[in-house]
Amino acid sequence: MCLAIPGKVIEVFQDRGLRMARVDFGGTVKKACLEQLPEAVLGDYVLVHVGFALSVVDPAEAERTYRFLEELGQLDEIHMPEGPA
Amino acid sequence: MKYLDEYRDGRVAAKILSEIERVTTRAWTLMEVCGGQTHSIVKHGVDRMLPSQIELVHGPGCPVCVTPLEQIDKAHAIARRPGVTFTSFGDMLRVPGSHTDLLRLKSEGADVRIVYAPLDAVRLAQQHPDREVVFFAIGFETTAPANALAVTQAAALGIKNFSMLVSHVLVPPAIAAVLQSPGNRVQGFLGPGHVCTVMGYREYEALAAHFQVPIVITGFEPVDLLDGVLRTVRLLEAGEVELQNQYSRIVTRTGNVAAQRLVWSAFEVCDRKWRGIGTIPKSGLRLRYELQEYDAERRFDVGAMETLEPAACISGQILRGLKKPHDCPAFGSACTPERPLGATMVSAEGACAAYFAYGRHRQEATR
Repeated sequence: MCLAIPGKVIEVFQDRGLRMARVDFGGTVKKACLEQLPEAVLGDYVLVHVGFALSVVDPAEAERTYRFLEELGQLDEIHMPEGPA
Repeated sequence: MKYLDEYRDGRVAAKILSEIERVTTRAWTLMEVCGGQTHSIVKHGVDRMLPSQIELVHGPGCPVCVTPLEQIDKAHAIARRPGVTFTSFGDMLRVPGSHTDLLRLKSEGADVRIVYAPLDAVRLAQQHPDREVVFFAIGFETTAPANALAVTQAAALGIKNFSMLVSHVLVPPAIAAVLQSPGNRVQGFLGPGHVCTVMGYREYEALAAHFQVPIVITGFEPVDLLDGVLRTVRLLEAGEVELQNQYSRIVTRTGNVAAQRLVWSAFEVCDRKWRGIGTIPKSGLRLRYELQEYDAERRFDVGAMETLEPAACISGQILRGLKKPHDCPAFGSACTPERPLGATMVSAEGACAAYFAYGRHRQEATR
């Protein structure tokens, strides 16, 4: 139910007084309501749940978290035995 | 897909795992609150990768599972009426009520339809002014803005043949209920990432401080979940109580304020019964007084229902984290996704459905 996935805003338009977007989820394009996400613009990645955009993905935060995780235990790796392949 | 694939990277997962192993010195019990997290944990086998001292207990965060039987029976009573088009999210269709389910009613001729977005139900009402279109508005805070938008749109456009059967629930009171239950074993929480996308995490800071329990707001991919476990275990091992935000690429402290404003324009807080758990004070949402004419319970006058819960189903104990699906004698035999006894076997986020789908039919002999 709380399933929500990030997709790229590829078009913004108005429909019956609501700000809507077409969002590309890795090739599958669906409509989403942007009404409560005024800061979202073309090219942004937005998190969509039941046709409703909840949040813009923050690329700087994503980068920071991921780099931190990638660097985790880097010192340990030097001591790890080589695998068979 | 961007922002998904990198959080499924086995190389990064292995690094976090070895770090978890390094910092863990004793047994800890953590609860992932959200059913979406449960599904991802079981699907990717995250719980089986962890050191044996760390147990993940599955929380009550599956809206379909906790929707009370009374509301499901009311949905069935409304869907049976001639002239009604009953709309719902797909995973509600197979949920057993006291006597039937929506899918069976559909096969018997009721006009039951699946919608992807709540706004689709409003459009349906616009297109069919001769039908009474009812939407089954269930969910946690994540879904509340979309459901609020549907009813405020119907009101703004003057659509009179639309109404909602509301059964909304809120996460923080459920966490408090878990922590206050006499048999509680949970020492730390992976907080619900998407609920906090809407609401922010200030309420969870208060919970962490009040109950002296670490909470880490966590995402849904395997790398997110492992990172959430690592952060929680680090806090527990250090004896620190803190709220951390693992899901910072999506979640901010204040959440989506515009979406919150929309929610409060349509809903107000009420006491709510949770299936298998009981009534939790101030744990639900109902339509505000000004929007009462859109309340399907009033429009169709479905009063108190006499309910009948199958005796064999232990979903209440599973939702409270007291038992695991394979502890149930009916699991996988009398109860399967095709013929479910309880809602936890229906929804993809239900612990029983996840255990069934990914072959967890027995407790592992060794861990």
